[in-house]
Amino acid sequence: MLKSEECKEKLIVMAEGENEVRWDGLCSRDSTTRETALETIMQIILRKTECLRSVKETTHRPPDEVSNAISLDELNKLLAHLLMLAKRCPFKDVREKSEFILKNVQELGIRIPRPLGHGPSRFIPEKEILQVGSEDAQMHALFADSFAALGRLDNITLVMVFHPQYLESFLKTQHYLLQMDGPLPLHYRHYIGIMAAARHQCSYLVNLHVNDFLHVGGDPKWLNGLENAPQKLQNLGELNKVLAHRPWLITKEHIERLLKAEEHSWSLAELVHAVVLLTHYHSLASFTFGCGISPEIHCDGGHTFRPPSVSNYCICDITNGNHSVDEMQVSSPGSVSVSDSFFEVEALMAKMRQLQECRDEEEASQEEMASRFEMEKRESMFVFSSDDDEGTPARDVSRHFEDTSYGYKDFSRHGMHVPTFRVQDYCWEDHGYSLVNRLYPDVGQLIDEKFHIAYNLTYNTMAMHKDVDTSMLRRAIWNYIHCMFGIRYDDYDYGEINQLLDRSFKVYIKTVVCTPEKVTKRMYDSFWRQFKHSEKVHVNLLLIEARMQAELLYALRAITRYMT
Amino acid sequence: MEKMSRVSTALGGNALTGRTMHCHLDAPANAISVCRDAAQVVVAGRSIFKIFAIEEEQFVEKLNLRVGRKPSLNLSCADVVWHQMDENLLATAATNGVVVTWNLGRPSRNKQDQLFTEHKRTVNKVCFHPTEAHVLLSGSQDGFMKCFDLRRKDSVSTFSGQSESVRDVQFSIRDYFTFASTFENGNVQLWDIRRPDRCERMFTAHNGPVFCCDWHPEDRGWLATGGRDKMVKVWDMTTHRAKEMHCVQTIASVARVKWRPECRHHLATCSMMVDHNIYVWDVRRPFVPAAMFEEHRDVTTGIAWRHPHDPSFLLSGSKDSTLCQHLFRDASQPVERANPEGLCYGLFGDLAFAAKESLVAAESGRKPYTGDRRHPIFFKRKLDPAEPFSGLASSALNVFEIEPGGGSMSWFVDTAERYALAGRPLAELCDHNAKVARELGRNQVAQTWTMLRIIYCSPGLVPSTNLNHSVGKGSSCGLPLMNSFNLKDMAPGLGSETRLDRSKGDTRSDTVLLDSSATLITNEDNEETEGSDVPTDYLLGDVEGEEDELYPLDPEHAHPEEPEYVLPQEAFPLRHEIVDTPSGPEHLQDKADSPHVSGNEADAVSLVPVDSSFSLLSISHALYDSRLPPDFFSVLVCDMLRFYAEQGDVQMAVSVLIVLGERVRKDIDEQTQEHWYTSYIDLLQRFRLWNVSNEVVKLSTSQAVSCLNQASTTLHVNCSHCKRPMSSRGWVCDRCHRCASMCAVCHHVVKGLFVWCQGCSHGGHLQHIMKWLEGSSQCPAGCGHLCEYS
Repeated sequence: MLKSEECKEKLIVMAEGENEVRWDGLCSRDSTTRETALETIMQIILRKTECLRSVKETTHRPPDEVSNAISLDELNKLLAHLLMLAKRCPFKDVREKSEFILKNVQELGIRIPRPLGHGPSRFIPEKEILQVGSEDAQMHALFADSFAALGRLDNITLVMVFHPQYLESFLKTQHYLLQMDGPLPLHYRHYIGIMAAARHQCSYLVNLHVNDFLHVGGDPKWLNGLENAPQKLQNLGELNKVLAHRPWLITKEHIERLLKAEEHSWSLAELVHAVVLLTHYHSLASFTFGCGISPEIHCDGGHTFRPPSVSNYCICDITNGNHSVDEMQVSSPGSVSVSDSFFEVEALMAKMRQLQECRDEEEASQEEMASRFEMEKRESMFVFSSDDDEGTPARDVSRHFEDTSYGYKDFSRHGMHVPTFRVQDYCWEDHGYSLVNRLYPDVGQLIDEKFHIAYNLTYNTMAMHKDVDTSMLRRAIWNYIHCMFGIRYDDYDYGEINQLLDRSFKVYIKTVVCTPEKVTKRMYDSFWRQFKHSEKVHVNLLLIEARMQAELLYALRAITRYMT
Repeated sequence: MEKMSRVSTALGGNALTGRTMHCHLDAPANAISVCRDAAQVVVAGRSIFKIFAIEEEQFVEKLNLRVGRKPSLNLSCADVVWHQMDENLLATAATNGVVVTWNLGRPSRNKQDQLFTEHKRTVNKVCFHPTEAHVLLSGSQDGFMKCFDLRRKDSVSTFSGQSESVRDVQFSIRDYFTFASTFENGNVQLWDIRRPDRCERMFTAHNGPVFCCDWHPEDRGWLATGGRDKMVKVWDMTTHRAKEMHCVQTIASVARVKWRPECRHHLATCSMMVDHNIYVWDVRRPFVPAAMFEEHRDVTTGIAWRHPHDPSFLLSGSKDSTLCQHLFRDASQPVERANPEGLCYGLFGDLAFAAKESLVAAESGRKPYTGDRRHPIFFKRKLDPAEPFSGLASSALNVFEIEPGGGSMSWFVDTAERYALAGRPLAELCDHNAKVARELGRNQVAQTWTMLRIIYCSPGLVPSTNLNHSVGKGSSCGLPLMNSFNLKDMAPGLGSETRLDRSKGDTRSDTVLLDSSATLITNEDNEETEGSDVPTDYLLGDVEGEEDELYPLDPEHAHPEEPEYVLPQEAFPLRHEIVDTPSGPEHLQDKADSPHVSGNEADAVSLVPVDSSFSLLSISHALYDSRLPPDFFSVLVCDMLRFYAEQGDVQMAVSVLIVLGERVRKDIDEQTQEHWYTSYIDLLQRFRLWNVSNEVVKLSTSQAVSCLNQASTTLHVNCSHCKRPMSSRGWVCDRCHRCASMCAVCHHVVKGLFVWCQGCSHGGHLQHIMKWLEGSSQCPAGCGHLCEYS
């Protein structure tokens, strides 16, 4: 008797296990493994579909209705994932097969999803962005790596692939931070990522990492808000807040509070890992907004089950107050005359030439130089977009952090005087690197490489011009961002910034770096109108790396001070 | 006064005196430099630029060069250097990229002499020519080095490193025209001052930025470099290719390096992060610094030897705003605190250890420890007066050898070679191994194998043991039952404790019992005598003190008369033979029927959950009938394995582990298994039993172990045509552009198993060659060689 009971139970368990869809087989580089994995997925999905259909047709009892809804929900999730695979998987066989499964499901009378939005970025027309499947060998290797590690090819990757050299380093670093050896447990890492992205209300990153967090076995309760997470992570909230908005206020007391909290205290190595993650995700949030990254296809807001004819009013457009479709029509290049923007580029190049030439002749006095830095710093405060777009994040991201009112306040505007941070006294190459590498081996090296690539990346082109030395422009952008954080280079003439960066560009930089959630398509379009999208993405790479370095410098300096 | 440890050195009439001292500066220092006369030092930093006179007792501020109303960035110094020919000449490198020279001979308060504003970025380093009065060199973040003639307004020549920022530039002391520069990307370049178009030589010295370099004051071609990768390297530049002579691994990135005067192999280093101490290294002893100065509370930014011919004074400036003079005599010497100790076992049980000489000398006077030391063979003392640390870190080496014969390990080798570990049914494996062990005279081991076979393979015998155990457990008041097995399994000669002796006795009794198969008789005997204590038999030697008396302690005693026959009334355990002998069921029933047993059972903790004698009865019967799951013994077997391992017979532990496989693996934690495996593999390799060791690696289920023979295995392939190594991946040789490793039969590239004749080196696909050689004995390539396939 007993035995048969047990048997039954076992069978049920087995059946459930069988219905569990496992996507990891698809990440394999071996096509046969992928094929078998896909085959099982197809069977499960078809079975589920079949099941659902028969239930629909036969029973009408209310209790079943609930379970029915649940299983439909489940199936829809699977279908959304399949849709993502059909569009974004770097392996052709998977794309085709996924498409095929979806078609089959549709033929069975189930509504299948379709992607929303206009490609990976709302700012960049889809046709400008590399299509999956048309990449070259190097990019394909990158895509495959990324897909193998994460089981997806996210929109950030698809936009960054404009600059494969950087992307490679970026993915390597991110992979190391999230999945390789490190002092923090995996779910902590994703949770810290969520905390950091939430600081900028970046629902895109929060969504991604909520999935990852649950995937690595994180406790879903934590997602209800920071107060449900362990005390240890709650303690990190303060550092997260200051680091994201006013890193210059970080003192060694902040560090001390984290390291000496009895049973909730952080170890130095954990703290460095956390700091690197926080800064990484703060700046990645900047990139997400700066390039207008659309929601992932399989996440909320990335797809719809509604037939296309109903409306072109999409969730993703509301989320950040960007009515991209309309805007695209309004602010298309037509509004600015071509000759006008052409002149812009010419002027910029002329200025660069001029600066290059006259630098040796005219020497500014010391006071002049110092005041130029102060001026730039002061001026950067007033550079702000006038249009205030109120965005309401789709997922309630604000619950992941506290003190929502805390935001970027301009460096040294508010009464108290914060001493200027001098790079010559504490710089990444000499000091930051050594500290990070000591406490979190190998990461220092990876980040160092990433900074290096971002800073030195150039194709010697500017808009339609070739063979241009852009180092001056890149340095101006980099130093301008550091200037906003109160970091000064003794050997830089801040007058150059004023010459090279015009106001709309400064507005964009400042918004992306300090309050990324307020970036709009208009801002993106209105700077450097004649430049290519890849160049604008390049600018974004500079922005996020400079921002990350600035935050890191302040945090690491505080740690160093704590240690000595 | 005595404590001040005055030192005076006669140096060409000059006498340097002083003590370890420090003075407070107003701001963090970035660099220091010493005047030629060794009496003054200049300190420069972001907001400090002062000259101090070094007096006997203290530093005295002599001059503040930072004058003017408003602090200018030109005065924010990254580096400072004092001319070694001209006492009045100084140069500083400013963080804003300006190179400034200072003339102390100027009558006005402002000593600033010239301003060179040619660099676009921070200047990291300035350097005067060692002999030329007017030549100044600078290296900057912008990647350029500039050579200035102080008589002219601008630079004489510009050197482009063609790579990243220049971190250090140093004129060679010996070669008039040469200077070295180090770069942020890890390169070191050698330049001829007359040829600004290209560098003479370039090589990658470090991984990451090279922060500093220093030419050896005497050895012409020696250049020391220090980098962010925490290394100090000494290069010999006289050879065609820069050769790395020495490498010192420090604990933090190396910010400055300076050769110590008059000490050929010494150099001082300091770090720019985390570590605040200054170390003096002997490059030949790269692991422990020769001396250490621990005065600073923040990172040291500048170091300088006070006089080019005096090795005992070191000056240093630090971010903690102090300027220090360190006396070598006052330095702490880590070597003193080091314990030069080592211990190693030889293959045959020899033991060698090295310890600090003083310790050993003291100890050898004492009476040797009885347990471990048996035969100290020799006592060697190695002392080389030429060694840098002679006298400080000398150690003595002691070797103890095991008496000849006693430590023979031939059984180990034989066992390892003859054991069968896999590929046959369990029963056969056990039998085979038991046979091997018996033939080698290792009866305990043989018996263990037999027992394992019984436990896991022969169902008929299982329950009897089991019952016994459950009962034994019950009345032994929670004492670990497993000891019974342990004792039995112990091999003679493996341990020296009394426990061993006991087990010896036990073993003997065991074997005797086996041989005589007098089981039933003794059993019956027991049943009468044992009374209520039926199960104590398994606790032999573990608890009862009397047993020590019962058993002859001396292992030398050969076979004493069987004690169990002599002293049955002592509740002496006789039960264990049940395990070994095929005792019949009637015996079992006898036992179960015994009222004492049941009585005891009732109030005892037992492995078998029983409430009354009846239940016990029924269960035991049931067990007997339906065969106990071998799981039941796994605890026991695990303990047995642990016992063997503890006794040093890790071979047995691992062999059983492999043979039993899944049956016991889950009961022993991963780490222990891994530990056993690695120990056994280590032993096998020391005995050069490569094949066995590889087999063990292959059969192991531990992740960490099984990857052992996958790691760092490199196959070097030479092209079969040109005999050059095939460097690139793929199947085509770079040099002769032909496909290597072609199959001689099908003329295709072999991308898998390649078999070839060792006589003519022709070969091909395994299948093809096999087939070919079936029909012909000649080489398929047609070379005429008579190949053989075996």
